[in-house]
Amino acid sequence: MCLAVPAEITEIGENSRAQVSIAGTVREACLDLVPEAKVGDWVLLHAGFAIQVLDAEAAAETLELLREGGVLG
Amino acid sequence: MKFVDEFRDKEVAQTILARIHEAAGRLQKPVRLMEVCGTHTVALFRHGIRALMPEQVRLLSGPGCPVCVTPTAEIDAAISLARQPQTVLATFGDMMRVPGSESTLLKERAAGRQVLVVYSPLDALKAAQKRPDHEVVLFGVGFETTAPLVASTALQAQQRGLRNFSVYSAHKLVPPALAALVAADDVRVDGFICPGHVSTVIGSQPYEFIPRDHGRGCVIAGFEPLDVLEAIWRLLRQIELQSPQVEIAYRRAVRPEGNPEALKRLSQAFVTVDAEWRGLGTIRRSGLEFREELSAHNAKERFDIQTRPVADPPGCLCGEVLRGAREPEDCAHFGTTCTPEQPVGPCMVSSEGTCAAHYRYGEAGRRVEA
Repeated sequence: MCLAVPAEITEIGENSRAQVSIAGTVREACLDLVPEAKVGDWVLLHAGFAIQVLDAEAAAETLELLREGGVLG
Repeated sequence: MKFVDEFRDKEVAQTILARIHEAAGRLQKPVRLMEVCGTHTVALFRHGIRALMPEQVRLLSGPGCPVCVTPTAEIDAAISLARQPQTVLATFGDMMRVPGSESTLLKERAAGRQVLVVYSPLDALKAAQKRPDHEVVLFGVGFETTAPLVASTALQAQQRGLRNFSVYSAHKLVPPALAALVAADDVRVDGFICPGHVSTVIGSQPYEFIPRDHGRGCVIAGFEPLDVLEAIWRLLRQIELQSPQVEIAYRRAVRPEGNPEALKRLSQAFVTVDAEWRGLGTIRRSGLEFREELSAHNAKERFDIQTRPVADPPGCLCGEVLRGAREPEDCAHFGTTCTPEQPVGPCMVSSEGTCAAHYRYGEAGRRVEA
C-alpha cells in the first residue's frame, strides 16, 4: 500500500498541481508536500502526491559503492 | 526506468549476495530479520530474494500492511458509512474485499450502495466537488506514507469550504507498533528492515530507540533488489560487529530528517491517539485523529457510526502472522478455506498481505540452494 514510483516533473501549474511522466505516461501529481520541486526533478509519486524529491547524486553514490563492493568490505 | 533499472543489476546483486553468504557463514547462530513493510514482503518474494538467502538467515514478515492491521470494527464503520443515505464512501481498492463482521465494501456496492474506489485522496475531493448534493467520506487507511496526503486533502477541503467532504481516519503509525513488537518477548527478531516510504516521510530518528534500548539494528530499505540486499547485508554486518544502529540503505529517497513539509501537514491535521491494531491490540499513541479545527471534515464527528467490538474470525491466524509469531502455513484456513478469492482474514485479501504472498509464491519461494 505504500507503493511509490519515480516520476519526472514535466510541468508545474497552479495550486501545487503538476504533470509528471512515468516511463513516458503522463499523470497528474500534487506537489503540496514537496514545495521545493522544480520541472525536471524526479520525485517519488504515491497515490497522486509527490512525497519526496529523489536525490540523483545519492543514487549514483550508492550504486558506485555497491558495484565496488567497497561499502561491503 | 530511471532510479529503478539500475537497482536491479544482476551482477551487482550477485556481488552483494556473495557477501551476505560470507557474512552468514561467520554467524554464531541463525538470525531472524523482520521486513516490517508489506511492500517489502512482496518484493522479497517477487525478486526471488527469499529463495537465495543462506540457511542461517530467516526472513519474517511484520505488521506493515495497513489493510491487514485494520481491525474488523473499522471495516464495519466504513460499511456503516456506506449505508448512510446520500453518501458516497470513497476507499482505496485494497479495502474492498476485507471482511467486516457481516459484509464487505464490495458486497455493499453490489447491493447498490455508493462505494467509490479511488487512486488518490484527491479523487475523493473531486467527487465531493462534483456531487454537492452528496456526502463524500474517504476511508482513511494507511501509515505515515499515506496520512500526509490525506492531511493535505482535508486541509484543501477546509480551505475551499467544501462542506460535504469528510474522512474516517483509521491511520496508524509504524514506530509505536515496532515498540510494541520489540517489547513483547514471544517473537525474537535480530534486526529490522525498515519501511522505505514510511521513512521517506518520518526519517531515521524515530527508530533510534530500537538499537539504543533493545540492541537491535534497523536498516531503512528501498524496494528494488539491490536495496533490500544491501539492507540485509548491513544488518548482518551490524550483528557480526555487535554494533546495532539505524542505517539508511535508500539514500536517494530517505533523509535523516524525513520530509519536513509532510510532517508539518500531519501535525496541522492530526493528533496522535491510542489505536487498535489487529493482532497487536491497543497500542498507545499509534493512531491519528483529526484536530478539533478540522472536525467539520471528521466523519466520526459528523455521522452516527454504529460499531461494536468484534472478534477475529475463528481459527484465523492473521494476528499471529502480523507479529511474525506464526507462518501462514500454520493456519488451518490457509489455502483451503482461505484463498485470495474467498479470504477469511485480511492478510489473504491485500496483495501485500503475508498470507497472500505465501499463497501466490508458494513455499518454494522460501528457500532453495543458491
